[in-house]
Amino acid sequence: MRKVYLDHIAATPLDPEVLAAMLPFLRERFGNPQSLHSVGQDALVAIEEGRSKVARLIGAEGSEIHFTASGSEANNFALKGMAMARREKGNHLVLSAIEHQSVLHAAKSLERSGFSSTLVGVDRSGLVDPDEVRKAIRKETVLVSVILASSEVGTIEPVAEVARICREAGVPFHTDAVAAAGNIPVDVRELGVDALSLAADQFYGPKGTGALYVRKGVRILPLIDGGIQEGGRRAGTENVAGIVGMGKAAEIAAARLAERQERMKALRDRLIDRLPQKVDRVYLTGHRERRLPHHASFCVEFIEGEAMLLNLDMKGIAVSSGSACTSRALKASHVLLAMGIDHALAQGSLVFSLVDSTTAEDIDYLLEVIPPIIDRLRKMSPLYTKFLQEKKT
Amino acid sequence: MIYSDKVMDHFQNPRNVGVIKDADGTGQVGNPVCGDMMTFYIKVKDNRLEDIKFQTFGCGAAIAVSSIVSEMAMGKTLDEAMKITNELVAEELGGLPKNKLHCSNLGADALHAAIEDYRKKQAAMSEEAPAAEAAKCYCPYCDGPLDNLLGACTSCHVELEECPHCGNLTKKGEEKCAKCGGELETA
Repeated sequence: MRKVYLDHIAATPLDPEVLAAMLPFLRERFGNPQSLHSVGQDALVAIEEGRSKVARLIGAEGSEIHFTASGSEANNFALKGMAMARREKGNHLVLSAIEHQSVLHAAKSLERSGFSSTLVGVDRSGLVDPDEVRKAIRKETVLVSVILASSEVGTIEPVAEVARICREAGVPFHTDAVAAAGNIPVDVRELGVDALSLAADQFYGPKGTGALYVRKGVRILPLIDGGIQEGGRRAGTENVAGIVGMGKAAEIAAARLAERQERMKALRDRLIDRLPQKVDRVYLTGHRERRLPHHASFCVEFIEGEAMLLNLDMKGIAVSSGSACTSRALKASHVLLAMGIDHALAQGSLVFSLVDSTTAEDIDYLLEVIPPIIDRLRKMSPLYTKFLQEKKT
Repeated sequence: MIYSDKVMDHFQNPRNVGVIKDADGTGQVGNPVCGDMMTFYIKVKDNRLEDIKFQTFGCGAAIAVSSIVSEMAMGKTLDEAMKITNELVAEELGGLPKNKLHCSNLGADALHAAIEDYRKKQAAMSEEAPAAEAAKCYCPYCDGPLDNLLGACTSCHVELEECPHCGNLTKKGEEKCAKCGGELETA
């Protein structure tokens, strides 16, 4: 059976070059970067090289990169570390309503320590209005966080504009760039952000490796106390192989970014244009133009996402869904609901995210396989029966 | 795979999907807010379920549950069919993932609602009878139907709130969420 992997947002395949770069550090070059002997110093040189490469991907200095164990940790570190560092200045946060759970829940956690937060809504295409952010900022606001691009609907946010507003207001600004970094051009100076999260598994690097950029001079308190690793800001023996892998993946992503983007965009548009031609009542979610090059997300009316996901899986196609039934918490995607999509339609969520190896044939295979699946599930659906009856009358 | 082979079989090849136009009873439960919705149609002859059809909007588990409930109830007397419980449905399917167990409630409830609808219609021919209420979502403590997603459970009266960590309903005033163990704000 043909295997088509369209779940980039969950994980990307490890680039073989990245694996090759990592392997020595899982074998003979096992030293601890904090050891003063040559075995340790060898590992130290390797992680510092990795740091420089990750810094180059986003236009930062090596000293501004702090490695973490995931994008979620980077987001928690930014939210909690920056808010707590400015606690005497205020206790208010501004976030977009479509932030990743690791941002929203970190803010909830801060609320238990006396902080409060304002969620800024989005429009039907998932865009944050920078002016709404401006209005939400108060004199007690100590941090603003707006996602660079949503992994659920692909919309790229006007982060540079939000950053400018925050700078004018004198409030530090963080952006969660986990879905974006390595896939679209991201430059921290051009964006004007104070902190930015990224994760290697979104650009063909290993899982369990993320990073937080913190602009030089911005205060942040550690989440993990202990040794002096990561400039004393994140204790714990470094994930040497992971950091080397993230560095290599960043180097490759920077070199191939333009070519990859163009190719993915063409394939993405093929899917976005053709799926609604093949099946009626299928709606694109997120912004049509301002979206990640590898991302095509839809809501299919009258049926539920998990049922489609399982059927596609049996045809060798791996995808995601933001339906309530797909989530362990049995709640529909907060991103879709924030965009004003109703519960029933949000249940029909499907997210296709392309990887580097995706071909036009893969997209065509999906387009061939999915209409009968949707048709079969609709024939089973009481909502579709009701719709057909109402259409008749 | 998150589901047993039997669940996948019933999901892939659901039995008795469809609509009975001149059904003797219909039952509809659930709504898209909690994820699943099922409609059952029954034909009754000599107090037995002569035919059953269903339609389901929902995940793999919801479709499989509807299918197996229709199979379990086919040919049974109405009283026998009313004895099909959520536990029996889940057992018959070789188990369901924990967070999908509520789907098995919906299947038996939709069937029972159809039978009650039939009985109500029968009684109405002779005399008035109380209406069968369709259930919506379920209380995590007593599995009773919930009219509202928040507030007190209408069956066991436990005060419910949404856990900020996992989003499940849990008992208000407790220190920890019953589902994920996350700390809750206590008043």
